[in-house]
This record gives sequence, C-alpha cells and structure tokens, in this order.
Amino acid sequence: MLAFIVRRLLQSIVVMLVVALVAFSLFNFVGDPINNMVGQEATTEQRAELRERLGLNDPIPVQFLRFVGNAAQGEFGISYRTARPVADLIAERLPATVELAVTSAAFALTLGIVLGVYSALNRYGWTSRFVMTASLIGVSLPTFLIGILLIWIFAVNLQWLPSYGRGEVVDLGGWRTGFLTLSGLQALILPAVTLGLYQLTLIMRLVRAEMLEVLRTDYIKFARARGLSNRAVNFGHALKNTLVPVITITGLQLGSIIAFAIITETVFQWPGVGLLFIIAIRFVDIPVMAAYLILIALFFVIINLIVDLLYYLVDPRLRVETPAARTAA
Amino acid sequence: MQSRKLLMSLVLGSGLAVASAAQAETLRWASQGDALTLDPHAQNEGPTNTMSLHLHDPLVMRDNDMAIEPGLATSWEAVEETVWEFEIREGVTFHDGSDFTAEDVAFSLNRAGTEPSDFRNYISSIEEVEVVDDTTVHIHTSGPNPILPQQLTQISMMSKAWAEENDVETAQDYASGEENYAVRNAMGTGPYKLESREGDVRTVLVRNDDYWGMDRFPMEVERIVYTPISSDSTRVAALLSGELDFVLDPPVQDLERLEEEGDINIEQGEENRTIFLGLNLREEDSEYDNVEGENPMADKSVREAMYHAIDADTIQRVVMRGRSVPTGTIAPPFINGYPEELDERLAFDQERARELLADAGYEDGFEVTLHCPNDRYINDEAICQAVAGMLGQVGVTVDLNSQTRSLHFQDIGNRETGFYLLGWGVPTFDSEYVFNYLYHTDDGQRGSWNATGFSNDRMDELVQQMGTEVDEERRNEMIAEAWELAQSELVYIPIHLQVLNWATREGVTVPLRADNQPHIATATFND
Repeated sequence: MLAFIVRRLLQSIVVMLVVALVAFSLFNFVGDPINNMVGQEATTEQRAELRERLGLNDPIPVQFLRFVGNAAQGEFGISYRTARPVADLIAERLPATVELAVTSAAFALTLGIVLGVYSALNRYGWTSRFVMTASLIGVSLPTFLIGILLIWIFAVNLQWLPSYGRGEVVDLGGWRTGFLTLSGLQALILPAVTLGLYQLTLIMRLVRAEMLEVLRTDYIKFARARGLSNRAVNFGHALKNTLVPVITITGLQLGSIIAFAIITETVFQWPGVGLLFIIAIRFVDIPVMAAYLILIALFFVIINLIVDLLYYLVDPRLRVETPAARTAA
Repeated sequence: MQSRKLLMSLVLGSGLAVASAAQAETLRWASQGDALTLDPHAQNEGPTNTMSLHLHDPLVMRDNDMAIEPGLATSWEAVEETVWEFEIREGVTFHDGSDFTAEDVAFSLNRAGTEPSDFRNYISSIEEVEVVDDTTVHIHTSGPNPILPQQLTQISMMSKAWAEENDVETAQDYASGEENYAVRNAMGTGPYKLESREGDVRTVLVRNDDYWGMDRFPMEVERIVYTPISSDSTRVAALLSGELDFVLDPPVQDLERLEEEGDINIEQGEENRTIFLGLNLREEDSEYDNVEGENPMADKSVREAMYHAIDADTIQRVVMRGRSVPTGTIAPPFINGYPEELDERLAFDQERARELLADAGYEDGFEVTLHCPNDRYINDEAICQAVAGMLGQVGVTVDLNSQTRSLHFQDIGNRETGFYLLGWGVPTFDSEYVFNYLYHTDDGQRGSWNATGFSNDRMDELVQQMGTEVDEERRNEMIAEAWELAQSELVYIPIHLQVLNWATREGVTVPLRADNQPHIATATFND
C-alpha cells in the first residue's frame, strides 16, 4: 500500500514536470511581455535591458530549470502585470474558483441524479422526453453561449440576478467566501448553473442508462417477486448499484470543472483563478501562466490519485495484481 | 436539496434588491481592464494613469477640452532657457492630513524620473528639481524644453514622508521579484481617496471632502466603484440591467442597440489617436513580399499606388459603422503643429493606382504580408481585411497575418514586418512626440517605433532641434517643415482617427475627453 502511494506520487511529479515543460515551450509563442510592461516611450535599449534582467533572452531549457528550481522552493516570482507575488494572487483567487466549482458540482450531481432516476423510471412520460431533449441542448451548446443566454434572461430582462462579479464577500481568515451574504449567493447562481449544465446532462444520461441496465437485471426481478415496495426496489437496490460509476465520473469531472471554469469565469467576470489566467494570457504574464498550469496539473494528479486509492480500497483484486496496471486512469 | 430550495427562494425573493437603482451619489463604472498598479509612477498606461490621477494631482492639469490649466502648481514660467519656475498651490493637504509642499514636488518628480519608473523617458529632460522655498520649485532641464508643462500633466505628486515611511522611494521594479507597498496603497492629494482595492475585482474610491478643488469642480460623485469587466457582452449586459452607471468602452457593434434603449446615453467624440499603415521603405530585399532582389515599397510611386487604392470612406462607413473620422495625416487634430492644410487624403482612384504600379514595373502586382493586431484597436482586424480586399483589386495581393497584440508589437519591435497596422496617441499634445518615435531614424534612443526604416537627415535634424527650441514661432516652423517632409515621403498611409464612445445611464453625465481618461470630479448627476 505504502509503496503504491509512493510510486504514484513519484509519477505525479514527473507528470507535473512534463506539464511545466510543455507550458514553457508554449510560452515561446505567446509573444513578448515587454511591450505590455513598459510605456510606449521606452527606448529600444531599455526594452532590451529589461528583457535581459527578466531572463527572457535565455534559452527555454534554462528558463524552465530556473522556474522549477524556484517553484521547488515555493517561489513563483511576481506577476509581470500587477507586480504582486504570484502565490498571493492565486491564493486570493482560489476560493472563488473552489466555491464555484463545488457549487456547480453539487448542482449537477443532485439534479442529475434526480432527473436521471426520474427519466429512467418514467421512460415514456412527456416530462422525461422533454428532459432528455433539453439535455441535448446542454451537451451541445458551448458554455459561453449558455452564460450569455442566462445573463440575457435573468440579468437584463428579468433583472433578478447580477450579471457579473461575486457580490459581497466575507473574509474568513484569508478565505473570502461568497456563501455568507445574500448578494454573494445571488451572484453564484448563474455561473454555477452555466458551469454545471454540461456535467448535469452527463450525469443525468449516465444515471439513466445505468439505471435502465440495472432495472433489467435478475436481482431486481427477484426483488419485485419478493414483494418489495417500488420505493425499496428503485432506490434501495437499483440506484445504489447505479452510483458506483457515477461517483467515479464525478470525481474525475471535478478536475475538469475547475479547468473549464476559465470560460464561465470570463463570461461572468468571476474573480477566480481561471479569469486570472485569461487576463495573464492577454498580457503575456508568464509567471502567472506557469503557476496556473502547474496548479491545474496538480489538481488533476491529486484527484486521480484519490480515485486510484479508492479503487485500491474497494477492489481487492488490485492488492494482488501489480498496481502499475492501473496507472492509465 | 435543502440548500437548493434555499437558493431558489433567495432568487425569487431578492430580485428587487439587485435591480434597485444605485444611490444617486455613487458612480458604478466599468471598463475592460483594471489599473495595473496604484503606484503612480510604475506604469505609464491608460487605465493606470486614470486611476492615479483620481488619487493624486499633477502640477499641471488638462481640462476636458484638453487645454492646460493649473493643478497643484498655480503658475509657471520659463525663467531661464533651461529653468522652469513653478509656484506651488498653498494650503493643500494629502489624504492623511499632512501638508503638501515643494519638497513633495521635488521628490515626486525625481521618483518619476529615475529607474525603474515608466515615466523616466517621458520627462527625461529634467535634470534637477531645486526647492527654492516652500512654494517655489525650479526645474532644471538638460536643454531648453518648451513643452515641459504639457509633459507634467501625467506626473502624479505623492507624499514624500509616506513614501519614506513605507520604503517606496522608487517605483516598483518588475525584475526585483518583490511587491512594494505602493502597488496596493497610495497617498496623494487627489479628489478621491482610496477606500478599498481588490485588483481585477473592485476598487472603491470616496470623495476627498478636503480637496482643494471642491469649489472648482462639480465633485458630485461621492463614491466611485470601479469594476473591470473583461467580456464585452457582459459589460453591455451589466449596463442594460442597471448594474452600472458608466461604461468607458462599450463594443462598437452594440452601440446602435444601446442607443435605442431609452435610458442609455452614448457620448461620442474624436479620440487623440490615429490608425494608419506602416510601410517598409528599406532598399534591401524584404522577406515579407514575393518580389526577389528588391523591396517594391521602397519605390515611392508604389506607396502612392497603395494609398490611392485604399478607400477610407468605405472603411469608415462599413467597417466602423460611421464611427471614425478618415484622415490624411497621422497627426490627431488636437496636437500642436497639426498640419491642417496637409490633412487631405490622396483620392481613392483604382485606375491611378494600377497606372502607378505599372509605371513602377509591377503591372502584375506583387504579394505582401500585412501584420495586424486583433485585440488592440477598434475593429483592427476588420480594417486590415478591408485593406487587403482593396489592395487586391489593384493587383497587390495581401497575405493577412493578424495576431494578438503581444505578438504584433513584438514583430514591430523586432522590425520583423514589412507592412503593418499601428495606432498612435499623442499624450503630450505636441507634434514632436510623433516625429520622435515614428519618423526619427531608429538609433536605439529615438525612433523606437519607426519600423519603416525611414531615415532622413533633415528630419532627424529637425526633430532634435524642435526638442530644444524655446521660441514658439521658430519651433512651429520646424514642425511645419517636418510635416511637409513626412507627408511628401508617404512613410505611413493614414486611415482614420479613432472615435470614443462613452456610455452612461440616463441621468449621469461624464464629460468626454479626447485622452480617454475620464475626470470624475467633473461628472454630474442630473436627476
């Protein structure tokens, strides 16, 4: 068990190094930050001098090694755009993204399971058909369009909800939360729905398909033959057995919710790390871009690690086989 | 489930709270980007300067018509060829209550003028600031500098004592790896005080009731809530839904719709910025066209042909939807020395263009790459597409390379382009600024934005002379001669003057300024 975890952690470090290397190679193509950092009056010589001092003239491998060396000491440098330490910027923005991601995951999971079960049990009802058709829209519409649509309906026309920002926040020892104020909760609704809609439809269709599968199996028939109530059969037996793949998918999707938050955060001006990253790209703020990509890689690695460990606990066969067989997850 | 119910009831129950109008004295203002820093000297950049000049004051101000007027200095004159004397306003206090003195002036100018301040080139002529007494300052310049007062309009005065106490005697150095105190804090004398600042999220300023200009400006806005909103459509939506009072930069394509809405006003006016095409004039073969052995654009009649082929009126009508002013010079009309009699475009004449090309030996035309930004100027990429189509009609095939501004300006900086779109604003409101950066030979000091390779001894001589000529009449003659020369060489093909569109909610007036830097002290509510 311990050896497994250690091996996985070592692999995670390799993954993150590769992400950092790829990121650094890409930075070659995003342009020159110097023009954004100095006024247009700066002379050609001053530009060259600043570029030299920032180490932007060094070959990519040298810049990469310097970044890794500093990052290993917890040093991510200062933002080219705002002159603030990157670690501070990310720490300030992370709560917004986490709150948004958790809320939309909760929204997608609860509503997804409810609607999935409902449409599996009432396959031919009008409501189910409507929900299934509507879910196609959720899958096929791009996130930014859904966001703009929601803003158009709920902010511009109905004027029920704010179109941008996070509302009032309360500072809980460095963690700024929007959960504790009315305007914070209001501001959360549209972005959370936008971000969660795709996951919602995914989970709903998954639950429905799994549920239909399970309902056909013999033990459900036997349960009914035993005279158990519908409720006990549907929820006690069928749903329980449906949830195993749902939990796996949800776990894996949490990482992509955080990563996809970039678009939602831009549409709603949600002050999370995704928006920070988008603004950093426009400015060619290399320290922020590098740190963000590493952070997202870290999220994925941790989530995958947890999922793997859960498998390891749940599935006794893994303890016999070589664990390396499962690393592809 | 429980929390979802709670959320739903909150949505339904609280709709009115969101929609309710703002308190009359608060101005909720948004634009695309945030001020980069609160340090008044670290970045010479539009939104950052706008923020700085609400928290601080300059010695010399510009009113909303861009005329020079007293700021923290009450009067100024050139007492010697290289010495300007400034009388400092008495009785002015900083936001912490301490007195503003000549010492603060000397400190601020020195701070702005030294590494790593981003204004050091802007005021590089300042050699020494001498404090004569509490209310008099002598500014010694390296040579005569006739436009020093104009240059000082962008330089904020900050508290010396505060800077020393917080260890920010110099501006933020981006290569230092550390943040200084002034990035998120400020101490000036300006019309508004900093209440709170969350970078990229929200900055709240409150009125400075002890402001020296309380009687001079309306000062009706008591509180400014500034929110950057990077997405165009969200910014428009927030204005439409009544969550904002003022949007500095509504997207052009939405203006008509906004105007149709009864309760939104669009203030429109010319901006101090022209959009034009730069052409590579160097004799040697350029790698950005398909002509081997020579550079077609080095031939002036080819440049003339390209100019004749571009229909600026159609660009104005179709691409800009009427919101631009076609121009025949790259000088905005606001600046000193603007060559009004030369501001006439070469006629749009495709026949003439083909003729000129044929005479130059390019009857079959040629192919050239046009470098274009796609996120810097209003409709920049669409302008380039129109230009490409128009040039194509006379046989010049344009291969369009549009990219993000960081890459575009990198190419211009590295001189890796033969044909490019550029916009230029003139913060000093004087022609010298245009010549210095766009026409002077690129020698590492001057000519830093002259990617055309244009190099003319007479031009260089004129630029250097006008930098130190104090006799206004003689100086204006030099400027006129330089414009004559510049126009006749067709170094740049002007397209248009950009137009500003500021959107406000009904009942709020923010006077338009050609420098695109709102002065909220002059904003009024007419409820």
